[in-house]
Amino acid sequence: MSIGHTFLGLLESGPRHGYDLKKTFDDRFGHARPLHYGQVYATLSRLLKDGLVELDGVEPGEGPERKRYAVTSAGVSDVELWLASAEKPEPYLQNTLYTKVILALLTGRSAADLLDVQRAEHLRLMRELTRRKAGGDLADNLICDHALFHLDADLRWLELTAARLDDLRRQVRA
Amino acid sequence: MTGQPLLEADGLHKAFGPTKALDGASIAIRAGEIVAIMGPSGSGKSTLLHCLAGIVRPDSGHVRYQGAEISAMTDGERSALRRTQFGFVFQFGQLVPELTCLENIALPLRMEGVRRREAEARAAEWLDRLHLADVGRKRPGEVSGGQGQRVAVARALVTRPQAVFADEPTGALDSLNGERVMRLLTEAARETGAAVVLVTHEARVAGYSDREIVVRDGRTRDIAREMEEAL
Repeated sequence: MSIGHTFLGLLESGPRHGYDLKKTFDDRFGHARPLHYGQVYATLSRLLKDGLVELDGVEPGEGPERKRYAVTSAGVSDVELWLASAEKPEPYLQNTLYTKVILALLTGRSAADLLDVQRAEHLRLMRELTRRKAGGDLADNLICDHALFHLDADLRWLELTAARLDDLRRQVRA
Repeated sequence: MTGQPLLEADGLHKAFGPTKALDGASIAIRAGEIVAIMGPSGSGKSTLLHCLAGIVRPDSGHVRYQGAEISAMTDGERSALRRTQFGFVFQFGQLVPELTCLENIALPLRMEGVRRREAEARAAEWLDRLHLADVGRKRPGEVSGGQGQRVAVARALVTRPQAVFADEPTGALDSLNGERVMRLLTEAARETGAAVVLVTHEARVAGYSDREIVVRDGRTRDIAREMEEAL
């Protein structure tokens, strides 16, 4: 997740304080993983240094001064470029589950049990996300669906690997 | 498991010719719970559902509904049980093409002897509940796949059954319509207190269940329970 680009996009609707940006980010994109204040201010100072945001005003307060940030035209171009570019698909070629299966076969342990246990754990999480969807708004549904489809892909892999275990065992131990 | 299960199968064996479909399968379902039966194609999950629902007689083993042995019942008794206590949703709605959607939903009530006016009034409530008010007068061939499947859900629940058997209920639908059918099916089942036995090979569909049983080579495993017991 590019926090900087997300901040730039959020600033397009108007200047904001660092705290506002953090709050909006956490509400919309945080999903139980709120940003640390350190991340917020480190990101803003980098954007400032790169000329992608500028100071729109400083308000004295009881604590530290409150700086208001505005996106620059270079910042708008930058976020446009980010939105238009494709994300690199993750090839997932270094997978812990794959390593566990091969290691189980190499050491004569039950890979089928390992796959079954993992399957149950994936389904437990899928149930939790499905329940969360029922009580959530459309944005919450979208993020849960994203996770559910990825878990579903893992589960298909688990099923296929379970069906191939005999062949796999022969090859690994040959 | 505490108390008597609503539905219970124990040591089921069933072969079709030389092919073993069930090879000692067991399962217990409590009132009101939603249980997914999962497994690869040909693993025996649909045969297990058919045995539980009294559609297929196992070669050996026991199936009990509220403590009564289903396999010992006559064909007439099993048919009455299916009509009054169970509801069914299949992959392709299996609606009667000559009847309107409203009449399809009212059909199980009419078979129980409920008068047409009352049966259709109760069917109309289910049309509203499943967001189908505008398709009541249409025939199944005139509605979308998702709508047809929701009609099938309404027909399964209209008699307020104790158990609904759903065999790949979203298998012929896209993701969005599949989700809608599953939401409506599980919400309605929870509201009416019906148990759902859900056969699916799709994990996202199983996500709507309370727990899953895996069938492989005709045998059942409750892996989550085995994990709990191992702790």
